[in-house]
Amino acid sequence: MFVTTLDVLIAGLLLGGLYALIAMGLSLQYGVAKVLNVAHGEFIMLGGLTTWTLYIVFGVNPLIGIVVCGPITLIIGFIIHSTFFRHLRESIPVFGEISLLGIFIAVLPFGLNQPIVASVIIILGIVLDIVLYKTVFKRLSPSTIFNQGAFEGKSMLFSFGLVFIIQNIAFISWGPDYRSYSYMRFPVDIAGALFGANRLVTLGFALAIGLAFYIFLARTRMGKAIRAAASDATTAGLMGVNINMVLAICFGFGAAMAGVAGVLVSMCYPVNAAMGMEYTIIAIIVVALGGMGSILGSFIGGFILGIIGSIVTYFEPGLALVAYYVIFIILLLVRPKGIMGK
Amino acid sequence: MRILEGEGVTKYFGGLSAVSDVDFYVDQGEVVGLIGPNGAGKTTLFNLISAALVPKPGIIKFKGRDITGMKPHAICRLGIARTFQTVKIFANLPVFSNVRVGSLFGASKKTSPAETGKTTAELLEFVGLSNVSNIPAKDLTLANQKRLEVARALATKPELLLLDELMAGLNQTEVTQAMDLLKQIRGEGITVIMIEHVMKAIMNVCDRIIVLHHGQKIAEGTPQEIATSKKVIEVYLGEQTNVGSQ
Amino acid sequence: MDVSGINSKKLITPGIFIVVLALLAALPFYASLYGVVLITSILMYIILTVSWTIFSGTTGYLSLATAAFFGVGIYTSAILAGQIPIVIVVILGGLVSFGVAALVGALTLRLKGVYFAMFTLGLVELIKHSLIWYEIKFTGTRGRFVIVVDNETIFWIMLGIFAVLLITTYIIRNSKYGLALQAIGEQEEAAAHSGVNVTMLKVVTFAISALFMGAAGAIMATRWTYIDPGIAFNINLSFLPVLMAIFGGMTQLFGPFLGATIIAYLEEILLTKFPYYYMLIFGVILSIVILYLPQGISGLVQKFWRRFPGGKSANT
Repeated sequence: MFVTTLDVLIAGLLLGGLYALIAMGLSLQYGVAKVLNVAHGEFIMLGGLTTWTLYIVFGVNPLIGIVVCGPITLIIGFIIHSTFFRHLRESIPVFGEISLLGIFIAVLPFGLNQPIVASVIIILGIVLDIVLYKTVFKRLSPSTIFNQGAFEGKSMLFSFGLVFIIQNIAFISWGPDYRSYSYMRFPVDIAGALFGANRLVTLGFALAIGLAFYIFLARTRMGKAIRAAASDATTAGLMGVNINMVLAICFGFGAAMAGVAGVLVSMCYPVNAAMGMEYTIIAIIVVALGGMGSILGSFIGGFILGIIGSIVTYFEPGLALVAYYVIFIILLLVRPKGIMGK
Repeated sequence: MRILEGEGVTKYFGGLSAVSDVDFYVDQGEVVGLIGPNGAGKTTLFNLISAALVPKPGIIKFKGRDITGMKPHAICRLGIARTFQTVKIFANLPVFSNVRVGSLFGASKKTSPAETGKTTAELLEFVGLSNVSNIPAKDLTLANQKRLEVARALATKPELLLLDELMAGLNQTEVTQAMDLLKQIRGEGITVIMIEHVMKAIMNVCDRIIVLHHGQKIAEGTPQEIATSKKVIEVYLGEQTNVGSQ
Repeated sequence: MDVSGINSKKLITPGIFIVVLALLAALPFYASLYGVVLITSILMYIILTVSWTIFSGTTGYLSLATAAFFGVGIYTSAILAGQIPIVIVVILGGLVSFGVAALVGALTLRLKGVYFAMFTLGLVELIKHSLIWYEIKFTGTRGRFVIVVDNETIFWIMLGIFAVLLITTYIIRNSKYGLALQAIGEQEEAAAHSGVNVTMLKVVTFAISALFMGAAGAIMATRWTYIDPGIAFNINLSFLPVLMAIFGGMTQLFGPFLGATIIAYLEEILLTKFPYYYMLIFGVILSIVILYLPQGISGLVQKFWRRFPGGKSANT
């Protein structure tokens, strides 16, 4: 009886740690960059599948995978924001997008004379970007009337486009099957109960990363800038904060947290190319539960939801998401602000 | 007859009481002014009457019938209409459509399309907007937008009309025009409660004035009585550097 | 100055639609099988887009539940088809979706815009997971086989749904409820205070739009013959109608039709030319379209952005 409770509890904490991570990531993206990133789950998926490939194909330790996937997703997120989402923010075409298209075409096996086509497009894009920005767009002052409502709507739609793209790249690269691997599956004895070492390691990492990030936000200068941008980006910009940099970094961090969460997920559960959306929705529920815009709320909310999920799964496996949803409905009807919402 | 009554009307937001234990009444045919400093709870009181909010605790009665807790659209059909402090017109719809909505949905009896059309045209005439009836409402001047709101409210065939700061943002001429419109509305037999900061209008048009401060009713009486009340002057009128419009 | 009367200009639009309908009705007689199948798919997208627009395009509540209602229709069909004539199945599929939507709407249409959007997004996953759990626990099936219906019949039924939808859209648009829906989208509070029963109208309209989505799903299921919750509840079908509607423009009656036709046809072309990568290329094109959407293809696009927290007139 005690063992079962402990088991459920630890499972709940594990799940909670993962949920806290992905929710904090989404909270960063929505709270600061004001992007409701429906593609959040896809970064988790990428983290997971990449780790699988690293381990199974290249024999690389999944824990190293964290160190690999984290920065990579950070950079990808950063680039995506500084080009596409910045475009949507400022309504000025930022031609870095054309360069990206070029990179994109280079990656896909189309059978055309890709390297040349791609290189031409990339160079053209960069040149156009620099030239146009320096001549035309510098003169057109960016619209100071930033219609946040319109931006949020369009950026959500665009992030859906990203879902399309990322999911399909994954399907092409890895196929639709579930992938899993066995790493650190040996049991560890805690107070008479047995837990998989992989799960404990995952829990540890989730907690550590979450806490580290929270401290970063609360104590460092960059963290301050981020919090300033979160409450009012335009004013923060006027106060000398490099808004575009801060927003892009936040978005990147959000993606990085998703990527790392994906690595951790792959250590404990099977992963496949279609797993993203479910996680996105869980992240949304946690963010709402914790209070939109509150990172701490997301952290706490993640654990609450994780423990609930573990309990529900114990009694009725497969109904966890339904339970989350019921909580979601009740929350929205009773206290839409969430636990720590302003 | 008392067309509107409120007993112990109270509303809390969080820990703060926006409106606190207010008793009031309005007789049929009266024009009652509701004044007080900003934040006194005037618009909240309107919201409570028009059912945008529910008093807790407190009772509101319309023509003797308890209307506490009814939905806004039901209240409208019973015969209470209102305008809003920040003009809430249907911006992208043409002027006549704005009024038509009121006519189609707000009257207590079902109206035929022909009747609706006639009512709409008459009301636009009444408020002086006939020549702009096809223009999108957002393209109107502020004064005209306020007229439009009044026309829409009147289209619901109300017995009681709540006007929330009708004169705000209007110049001298427009204020005078608005006062004339008010008198015409009263001439139609419609009871009016008006929130205003423009003292000229209040003093000239109202039969009676209620004064709110920090959510409580602190005075009530004729314009003469209110203008000379020490308490009111101290709390509010003294702040009014100009007793006319701005 | 009441222009609610019918004048000649207004007869042109219905006239065009009648002609198009007539042409389509005769389709199987002059088009190849491929053509019939293609047009059926395009009709499906048009139905989803137009029914989405009936609700979200007017009231400004961004619904992402389209895939959920479509999926409900598919599942109804999977369960019932074979025992009951297919036309009844389709109607039932629509009615079940209607019911689900009415329930969901009653619960959630009081939420602010962004919450409603997120909620409806999650609805797809929710119903999918609930069905998976139910099927595993109670019926022991993982997927279901749907009876086969020939392509021509599928086409006729889809066309029938389309025709009814057309008529419904036209009626709503030109009735006082169409005006009320617009008013809700413009200024919900003022609409309520002008006598419009906003809750009732929102829920009913939401449910009506779901009805057509469910019906379309019910007939489409027979083409796929095998379905499981993963196939039936495809999140793409929640976003595509949004895109198609915006792309086509939401002011004119034919906007969503146009948007749906173009994008659906685009998908078809890509599918034939790049059978392996078409989804990916499709996604790229869609993303570019989103990036370059004109700010105001019509003032109505602004409408639901307004319901997001930072939008200009924060509603409610």
